[in-house]
Amino acid sequence: MKETNINETALLTGTDQRNSAKERWSVEVRSAAVRPMSGRTSMRWRLAVGVLSLIVLAGIGAWIYQLKHGLGSAGYNDQAFWAVYIVDVIAFIGVSYGGAVISAILRLTGQSWRAPLTRLAEGTALVTVVIGALFIFPHLGRPERFWEILVYVNTSSPLFWDFVAIGTYVMATMIFFYLPLIPDLAIVNRILGQEDKPMRYRIFKALSLRWMGNERQRRLLHGVMSLVALIIVPLAVSVHSVLSWAFATTSRPGWSETVLPPYFVIAALYSGTALVIVVASAFRKGYNLQRFITKRHIVRLGYFMAALGLVYAYLTLADMMTDGYTGITTGWISQTVTGRYAIAFWFYVLVGEVLPLVVVAVKRFRNIPGLTIASLGVVIALWVKRIVIVLPPVTQPLIGNQWGSYHFTWVSLTITLAGVAAIPLGLMLLFRVVPVMSIDEMEEMGELGSAEQVSEHTLVASELLSVGAPNGNGHSNGHGNGNGHGNGNGHGNGNGHGNGNGHGNAARVSEGEVQ
Amino acid sequence: MRKLSRNKQASVEPNLITQDSCASSLDGQNCQVTSAALAKEPVDEGEKEFSRRRFLSMFGAAAGAAAVIGSGIELLSYRAYAQGLPKTNNWSGDGGMTGSGAADMASTEAPPTHQWAMVIDLGMCNGCQSCPAACQKAHYLTPDQTWMKVFTLTDNDGQTYSLPRPCMQCENPPCLHVCPVHATFRQDQGVVLVNQDRCIGCRMCMAACPYEARYFNWNSNVSYPPLPVASTPEFPVPQKLGTVGKCTFCVGNLNHGLLSECAAGCPMGAIYNGDLKTDVAVNSLGSTVKLSKFLYDNNAVTYKPEQNTHPRVWYILGHGQDLAANAASAS
Repeated sequence: MKETNINETALLTGTDQRNSAKERWSVEVRSAAVRPMSGRTSMRWRLAVGVLSLIVLAGIGAWIYQLKHGLGSAGYNDQAFWAVYIVDVIAFIGVSYGGAVISAILRLTGQSWRAPLTRLAEGTALVTVVIGALFIFPHLGRPERFWEILVYVNTSSPLFWDFVAIGTYVMATMIFFYLPLIPDLAIVNRILGQEDKPMRYRIFKALSLRWMGNERQRRLLHGVMSLVALIIVPLAVSVHSVLSWAFATTSRPGWSETVLPPYFVIAALYSGTALVIVVASAFRKGYNLQRFITKRHIVRLGYFMAALGLVYAYLTLADMMTDGYTGITTGWISQTVTGRYAIAFWFYVLVGEVLPLVVVAVKRFRNIPGLTIASLGVVIALWVKRIVIVLPPVTQPLIGNQWGSYHFTWVSLTITLAGVAAIPLGLMLLFRVVPVMSIDEMEEMGELGSAEQVSEHTLVASELLSVGAPNGNGHSNGHGNGNGHGNGNGHGNGNGHGNGNGHGNAARVSEGEVQ
Repeated sequence: MRKLSRNKQASVEPNLITQDSCASSLDGQNCQVTSAALAKEPVDEGEKEFSRRRFLSMFGAAAGAAAVIGSGIELLSYRAYAQGLPKTNNWSGDGGMTGSGAADMASTEAPPTHQWAMVIDLGMCNGCQSCPAACQKAHYLTPDQTWMKVFTLTDNDGQTYSLPRPCMQCENPPCLHVCPVHATFRQDQGVVLVNQDRCIGCRMCMAACPYEARYFNWNSNVSYPPLPVASTPEFPVPQKLGTVGKCTFCVGNLNHGLLSECAAGCPMGAIYNGDLKTDVAVNSLGSTVKLSKFLYDNNAVTYKPEQNTHPRVWYILGHGQDLAANAASAS
């Protein structure tokens, strides 16, 4: 998509030149990951960024209008005092959770096929958590007094803990994005040199912390990364639990439910996984990553998403069953299932639950376009579901039986759309400054993620190489990637680093040696 | 239809019996009677109360330990704090002030001479909507800002009746506990007020209030005439855009010997302004009653006592009226 001025030999700087397949792989990875960062951007890219920026600017304009005219201009009223912006906060921070946890879980379980996805997942997490946190500002009636939360601290307020949890999570997401980036920053500096953008060179040089890729550094980085990956999972659980307690600690039927924290956590994971699929397939196409992100990646994420979807459906049932059966506080349920929010609720059921399950179950649909559409549906349906979680309890009467109502206005819709547009915009700008794939991990993992292509094109070469690899630890990767080709293709990955796989995954290495 | 006996009152109204300061409360007789009622129904309320107390004291101990460990952070002590309330904060006693500034005020200020309360006689209310009109006129509120709101509910005979609902001025106000910036506070006369210069407009208090008694300033198109004084928490006029407003009990009026706007505006004399300290209540018809006796004789109840909010607004129920039944009628 972009004119490239990277020369092939520059790409190879610092790699082990003994291995030609390794070399080829490295060149491919590096050029694909670095191409979007260098040279002139394409017309299409600039057009997309321009349009998205306009939408974001329109959102900011709408927010300024709202500041001037009050939250009433966004459709709020006293019987719908929490509505679209709190939904946006939950939904955006929610999708961020998916990106972070997918990356963290795949890291912790040593899933080597993750390599081409981690940067996209972590980038999505970073961009969406920032957008989600920013949605707190249109939510507030007096955003300019936000600092008071830090000064007039009230530790018994759920919102104080929301602030603490979200703040911690934003920081953790940044660290989680930055750590795997360290080797890449050094690699990018080596490839692109000082001339391209001197400023970037200097910043990257400082941020890469003199990364050489030696064994000690590698061990250290992997240790820290495992630790952060380990921390970010419970941290994200806590964020969504604390978010849910802002609702669950009130005395409103429909909010005051014990199931709410896990309900929020699973919704976040579910929609987040869906967004990762959407982002992965969009960048696969837009940034020409077809070679690296394959159908198998998307299908695996699709399975993960479908499993989460079932858990979420179960929790939805659990949430409604107790209140609905006892009949004590059924108002919000009848409004949800058959009343004012019925269209939204059944939209969630069809598009957010049935459609993804059908797509994953039926082989004909279980492909990249099918799963992308289903995932997009899930992301939208889960946003709608949050509306259904927030609005019926907030509009229900606590005295008497006059239900309130919330109506979207151009202000609230524009600001929400701006948030939506900010996701691709943020990602496109982000991957203009950092590599779109984790080069270091891709090189370390080798061609694990693309077994189909391997079987067609490079099987022979890789088999030869695994036999003839100089340092002898070209371990098999047939294990773990579950491809149906049965090719135990140990294609010599990672031996460029001298010690093979820096993860020190002994079990995998020994299995490879047995094979 | 359920006729409220004294025993029933005890079960409906734990507020009256769970106060620590029994002697200084309504009167000694009421205290004894309700205690006797408790003894008769140990499984009904006593058991519940006991286990709740035990749970809360355990919770309080845990919170205390957490506070020591966290060097003063009152971690999750909200309910334990609530349990401790009657000692320092009983509605007939001295210094009911909680929230920001409570500690430094209590020691230097003289104890307040009034603890404001309200009694609403539902048997007298004919639903004429005079009270919200008077309130809105005095506070320059928009038509949907019904700080005093008259709800139409159904009684046990299927007949409708009217329920005027001011802010309950809870002694244990959920809105106060959830405010992230201490914008809501409870002044020393027991009135819960909002500092609109501090409120960040998060509306957590609106979510927490079980009585829907809080109203937000949603729109900027509200016009005010020139006013002689600046907006204060006691008289928040003009109100500030993007902040929460609520019934102030017209505490300025009360302190100047005037009735609140709603009480003064009630043609039926259904609304009494009362003072727990001097044990007097007055309505717009000039009827002056001994507050404790008036509440006791009429089996007065508070609204949603199960929420543990300890309101300072009491209702006298008319024939066949049952607030507990209406609490869960939202469908």
